[in-house]
Amino acid sequence: MTIIYVLIPLGLLLLAAAVWAFFWAVRNGQFDDLETPAWRILMDDDRKPPPEA
Amino acid sequence: MNDAHCFHCGQRLPAANGKTVRVAGKRRSVCSADCERTAALIEARGLTEFYRFRTGPTGAGNVSDTGLDRWRAYDREALQREFVAADADGSRRAQLLVQGVRCAACSWLIENALGSLPGMRSLRVDPVSTRATLHWDPAQLKLSEILTQLASLGYTPIPYTEEAGDKAARLEQRAALKRLIVAGLGMMQVMSFAVALYFGAWREPQIESFLRLVSLLVATPVVFYAGAPFFRGAWHRLRARALGMDVPVAVAVGGAWAASVWHTLIGAGEVYFDSATMFVFFLSAARYLEMTGRHRALSLTGALAHHLPRVATRLVAGRPQAVGTMELQAGDRVLVAPGAVVPADGVLASASALLDESLLTGESRAVRKNSGEPVVAGSLNQEQGLEFTVTRIGAETLMSQITRLVGDAGERKPRLVELADGIASWFIGTVLLLATLVGYAWWQLQPDRAFEVVLSVLVVTCPCALALATPAAFTVATAALARRGFMVRHRGALQALSRVSDLVFDKTGTLTHGATSIVSVESCGSASAADPLAIAAALESRSEHPLARAFPAPDSALSVDAVAAVPSAGLQGRVNGRLYRIGTRRFAAELGSAGDVSGSRSSAADRLIFLGDENGLVARFKVEERPRTGAAEVLAALAGRGLRLHIFSGDQPGPVEALAEQLGISRWRAELRPQDKLAEAKSLQADGRVVAMVGDGINDSPVLAGADVSVAMGEGTTLAQHSADCVLMSESLEPLLIAVQVARRTMRVVRQNLVWAAGYNLVALPLAAAGLLAPWMAAIGMSASSLLVTGNALRLARAAAVRRPVQPARAAPDTATPAAKPCCKGAAGAAS
Repeated sequence: MTIIYVLIPLGLLLLAAAVWAFFWAVRNGQFDDLETPAWRILMDDDRKPPPEA
Repeated sequence: MNDAHCFHCGQRLPAANGKTVRVAGKRRSVCSADCERTAALIEARGLTEFYRFRTGPTGAGNVSDTGLDRWRAYDREALQREFVAADADGSRRAQLLVQGVRCAACSWLIENALGSLPGMRSLRVDPVSTRATLHWDPAQLKLSEILTQLASLGYTPIPYTEEAGDKAARLEQRAALKRLIVAGLGMMQVMSFAVALYFGAWREPQIESFLRLVSLLVATPVVFYAGAPFFRGAWHRLRARALGMDVPVAVAVGGAWAASVWHTLIGAGEVYFDSATMFVFFLSAARYLEMTGRHRALSLTGALAHHLPRVATRLVAGRPQAVGTMELQAGDRVLVAPGAVVPADGVLASASALLDESLLTGESRAVRKNSGEPVVAGSLNQEQGLEFTVTRIGAETLMSQITRLVGDAGERKPRLVELADGIASWFIGTVLLLATLVGYAWWQLQPDRAFEVVLSVLVVTCPCALALATPAAFTVATAALARRGFMVRHRGALQALSRVSDLVFDKTGTLTHGATSIVSVESCGSASAADPLAIAAALESRSEHPLARAFPAPDSALSVDAVAAVPSAGLQGRVNGRLYRIGTRRFAAELGSAGDVSGSRSSAADRLIFLGDENGLVARFKVEERPRTGAAEVLAALAGRGLRLHIFSGDQPGPVEALAEQLGISRWRAELRPQDKLAEAKSLQADGRVVAMVGDGINDSPVLAGADVSVAMGEGTTLAQHSADCVLMSESLEPLLIAVQVARRTMRVVRQNLVWAAGYNLVALPLAAAGLLAPWMAAIGMSASSLLVTGNALRLARAAAVRRPVQPARAAPDTATPAAKPCCKGAAGAAS
């Protein structure tokens, strides 16, 4: 079972990466508004408005 | 036509104006040219999806706001310096408060309509705080163009500068979220190692000590980074010589960590990293939820705090020049356009002016001022343009001073002692004492198990469930109510609301809309070709007088010119070439030679407006304040719940009595000054009644502060909101009823939770003290108990979301709205 001496540190590295990614997202305001994005998905926004308006 | 409401703004349609607009392939009736233009713009941009998803009617851009000139001053560098930040590449960033944003559909509309403008780098609109964050390239796009576009969609942009409080709240939230993430991820890792250790997967001591070492590595940041607030809180409480919830938490977490480190280093005994991390995670999660609810309430009230215009028109050698308000100096001569807000305190230079000081006083009726009288910043110019000489600007203005005063008073206002805090202090003292006694006893009997048992006692009796019992219920209730348009600004308010026995309402702006409406039109003999209401509407569209708002939007087919306002009398002007006068009976009748000035007097409840032409009086309009939609139903439901209802008004007895009768309220008082209102409330309290005050103006501020619990109207004055415990953000009074129901249920849930937490502790404590519980069992018991308490509290979200006792009649102005209903409401469970 010596493999865990490799696997656990690897897991910890992944953990560190996950924490870093979350911190990055929080710093960039990804979690500031948790409500709008949920509703946005319900609206059609791939329909392009006419070029001249 | 049966479809009697405007498709865009939801107001009642004036009789047969025949205006329609084609939206998404269907003809829709609209009430005015403003709505027509706004709806057509939305259609032209291909954004009609908006109508399907919005939760209610939205505003329309009016002509005076949508011109580029209205916003041009915002391109001035001196003005932009106040709220615009420049990036290194020359692009600009700013935040705008967007009035009129109701829900996610509005933010979608704005983002899609404006996001494609050339030069717009990014645009985000947060519907909760109604704040737009802009990033644009000034070389391609002017700020004034962005503002004009917003205005033509029917929203009013207000430049926004983040106040220190808002920024602190945002940073606090981000820091808390990071802690929660660290605690959550760390807990999962440590748990997985702990499972391996518990089950003794590898009995090899080397692997065991390796797992312990790794657990130590992961648990340490969880305890000291994520758990830092508990240690800081405990330290603060101890230094203040008090016991708080944080003290035993810090002792238990710190103790478990220290003992585990020691055992890891010497390679013997138990480790409790799992218990410590799990504990930190659960508590962080509870605190995070509580904090989000608190911030939401704050940001909504704080967002309303900016009312002074940023642009002023200064007269330099008689020529108008648009400048930033902060550029003004004492002694400057300033011009205020009709309908604009006075930017600074000063002395009136024009002969006479009609000012709406409702921002300060809450009374919707405008005040007449003469030359030399003081004008205050924040009041609205109701008539033709006025000039005044500046005496004080910015922070020195009366409005800023009062705002600060109320803010200070709010800080010092004694809060109801929170139920759980009182219990907790006592409980924690007992637990710490018990733990010491138990530890001492075990030390005498079996020294090697003493630490483990003390730890079990501390963990199992950890006031976690007790600490969660109250905040979890309050947080869920607060969040659920916020979604229904009822902001609770602190916990004591809900507690007080659940015990309320008497509800006191202000009249104007609370039970009624501040605005007036026409209840009847009577012809007065003198025959006229055109519809008198249409003529009156055309004339009044040129007036900023508050009563003018009662008239429907004008028909553009009528030509109006030569309009002149006569102070304290009315308006005179030509409609389709004929000369008319509208206003007081005397004024309107004087135009015609054969006018009969005498006549039957009306009852005090009515306010009458007369229209006259060269032949005498044409028509009489009876105007009255209309109660809020659905107010009678809500009040009846409240009375049905055993609440006594009162009206305290500063208005005359006539209108107050009429309204009280209409709404079925038997207890009313009229002509009360602010201090009288307070005295009346105090006398109710002296009889042992618990009084809730619902009001909207400065004149209500004293009684709002003096009542057991106070509710300010969201459209009311900022000052009233600052002195209130709750803010009603909705157009209707319905949330008030929901709030009373939810408050009562909340207190019931809190009591259930406290009983459960106490019962659990009574059972678990002896077991732990007897050494029958291992620390890990204690940790599981503690968590299960916390989960139960939280789950019980979550039921409140459903209670607020499902119950819909009163359906406001106005809510469905068009067929598209019902589909939009779930928009802002179905998300009540998101807090979980």
